Amino acid sequence: MSQERQHLFDKPENVRRLLRVLYLACALLLAADLFVHRHVEHDWESLWGFYAGFGFAACVSLVLIARQLRKLLKRPEDYYER
Amino acid sequence: MSASLPPFAIFFAGALLLVLLHGRLQKTLLLLVPLLSVALLLGVPEGLVVKVQLLGYELVPYRTDRLSLLFAYVFNLAAFIGIVFSLHVQDRIQHVATLVYAGSALGAVLAGDLISVFVYWELAAVSSVFLIWARRSPRAVAAGWRYLVFQFLSGLLLLAGILMRFHETGSLAFDYIGLDDVSGWLLFTAFGIKCAFPLLHNWLTDAYPEATPSGTVFLSAFTTKAAVYMLARGFPGTEILIYIGAIMTCFPIFYAVIENDLRRVLAYSMINQLGFMVCGIGIGTSLAINGAVAHAFNDVLFKGLLFMSMGAVLHMTGKIRATDLGGLYKSMPVTTGLCIIGACSISAFPLFSGFVSKSLVMAAALQEGHHWVWLVLLFASAGVFHHAGIKIPFFAFFAQDSGIRTTEPPLNMLLAMALAAVLCVTIGLWPAMLYNLLPFPVDYSPYTVTHVLAQLQLLFFSALAFTWLKLSGLYPPEIRSVNIDVEWFYRWLGPRAVARMTRALDRWQVYTRIGFLRHLGTLFGTLFLYHGPQGILARTWATGSMVLWVVILLGLYLVAYYY
Repeated sequence: MSQERQHLFDKPENVRRLLRVLYLACALLLAADLFVHRHVEHDWESLWGFYAGFGFAACVSLVLIARQLRKLLKRPEDYYER
Repeated sequence: MSASLPPFAIFFAGALLLVLLHGRLQKTLLLLVPLLSVALLLGVPEGLVVKVQLLGYELVPYRTDRLSLLFAYVFNLAAFIGIVFSLHVQDRIQHVATLVYAGSALGAVLAGDLISVFVYWELAAVSSVFLIWARRSPRAVAAGWRYLVFQFLSGLLLLAGILMRFHETGSLAFDYIGLDDVSGWLLFTAFGIKCAFPLLHNWLTDAYPEATPSGTVFLSAFTTKAAVYMLARGFPGTEILIYIGAIMTCFPIFYAVIENDLRRVLAYSMINQLGFMVCGIGIGTSLAINGAVAHAFNDVLFKGLLFMSMGAVLHMTGKIRATDLGGLYKSMPVTTGLCIIGACSISAFPLFSGFVSKSLVMAAALQEGHHWVWLVLLFASAGVFHHAGIKIPFFAFFAQDSGIRTTEPPLNMLLAMALAAVLCVTIGLWPAMLYNLLPFPVDYSPYTVTHVLAQLQLLFFSALAFTWLKLSGLYPPEIRSVNIDVEWFYRWLGPRAVARMTRALDRWQVYTRIGFLRHLGTLFGTLFLYHGPQGILARTWATGSMVLWVVILLGLYLVAYYY
């Protein structure tokens, strides 16, 4: 398959471009917190960057805890068939 | 007259007729059934109640109100989309099972009495298992049996609950039930099994990934959503559901992160979505109930879409493990795009369907002062984006190129996915279309600046977290493995304990036989004491306690038979 054409993410610079868009979007969304007045139901919501920080922390802790859980839960693929 | 012809009758008639037809005629009939049924449904007025007298009992096989009609619509929609998706399948058993299964799900939500519910409950269990067995692998056959045991356990509890309730209240009507007595708890547990409550959930993650590519699509639509309907009808505002729902949104996402089989990832993610619905039903305000059923409606579509895209991958490549896949966007770009639409919808991105329904439940949790529950739901929302929104498309279609080169799936599969995707986006863009169908009037607008910004921040920073973890190598690599869950008790510990017990019994049975013969005389004396004219066991017993003991015996028999 050496003749196969190059696909979108075969080029590292396209991946870099995508990541840069993500970083930029995150920065803009965080900056928007400074300008937008929120109509909130709960005090925590009015903290600057609450949702951004919570989303980031939630995902990092989710993955790190899941990593630890794997030590407890992981078994070979044919575990139940033996 | 035609208004009282129930739509599920079309499905059952279709299933009978399907046995006789071949090829093109068979496909035409398959497509016609849900279309005819929906035509009937659209002509039905709200508040229709069809009563039948049977053996002196008043049954209500057909009842329509806003709640049951909404579920009937979405089941019809799911049946149509699923049938289009499975049109290429050359397996009569699957098609017949599909029609019976969809018909029973429709029947269950349109039934107005508990006996009818029970009949459809069991019919759905028996017909759906054929969608698992149709995979025809030893693994699928075994998983199908385990699935059936749980479905029958649920049916058994349901029947016991119905009988006890009838004994106590003299009514078979299916309205608010509540947890005031034993029969309420029995019904609650019966629905809870099918709704995948924590610890009772494992049948779902065990069996759904073993079904055929198209079978899983139907399975994901009907059983659990029918259970959600039952809870919404029988137990709205039951506080314990709030906490059960919150747990359901949380624990499966940890499993989803480390699971290798992508359809099992979706199965765990399904429990997470059911958690939002269960939580909403528990909160019980009109906003929360609206949110729960709206989310059920949307979940049928976006979870169906995700299961279809993974089914398409499985159908084309024969592989479904994250470790075997990757780079498929090169040969399946359309499927990739459709899968991403499903991923955006389940992650509740603004402009997609999940956004307009999940936020109803979240808003209700805050309004009612359940702040901790709200935080848990928020955590689960970030988590859902992580495992269903990013993990599924990323490991199947992007990530490391697996070297697999295939083509797009057959046209009917693409069309079914496209239809579901269009609906996801349409509901996201014009939520009023869905809101107008909900049981209570909706006074809520999801598209406020505050809400959109908050949701975008949550999601983009979750994506940022994924990127960071992936680039820094902290993200756990996909590994060929299984992760033990509750099933460990009955798939690993159970069989070993039984084998051990049998060996021990073998050794001791010789001794017990000798001992038994020696003490025969004493035994007869004891028997006379208990069963004789004055004996305690010769008394008359209440029917209620008899029913309970019969249920326990049948339950034990079911477990014993399974091993």
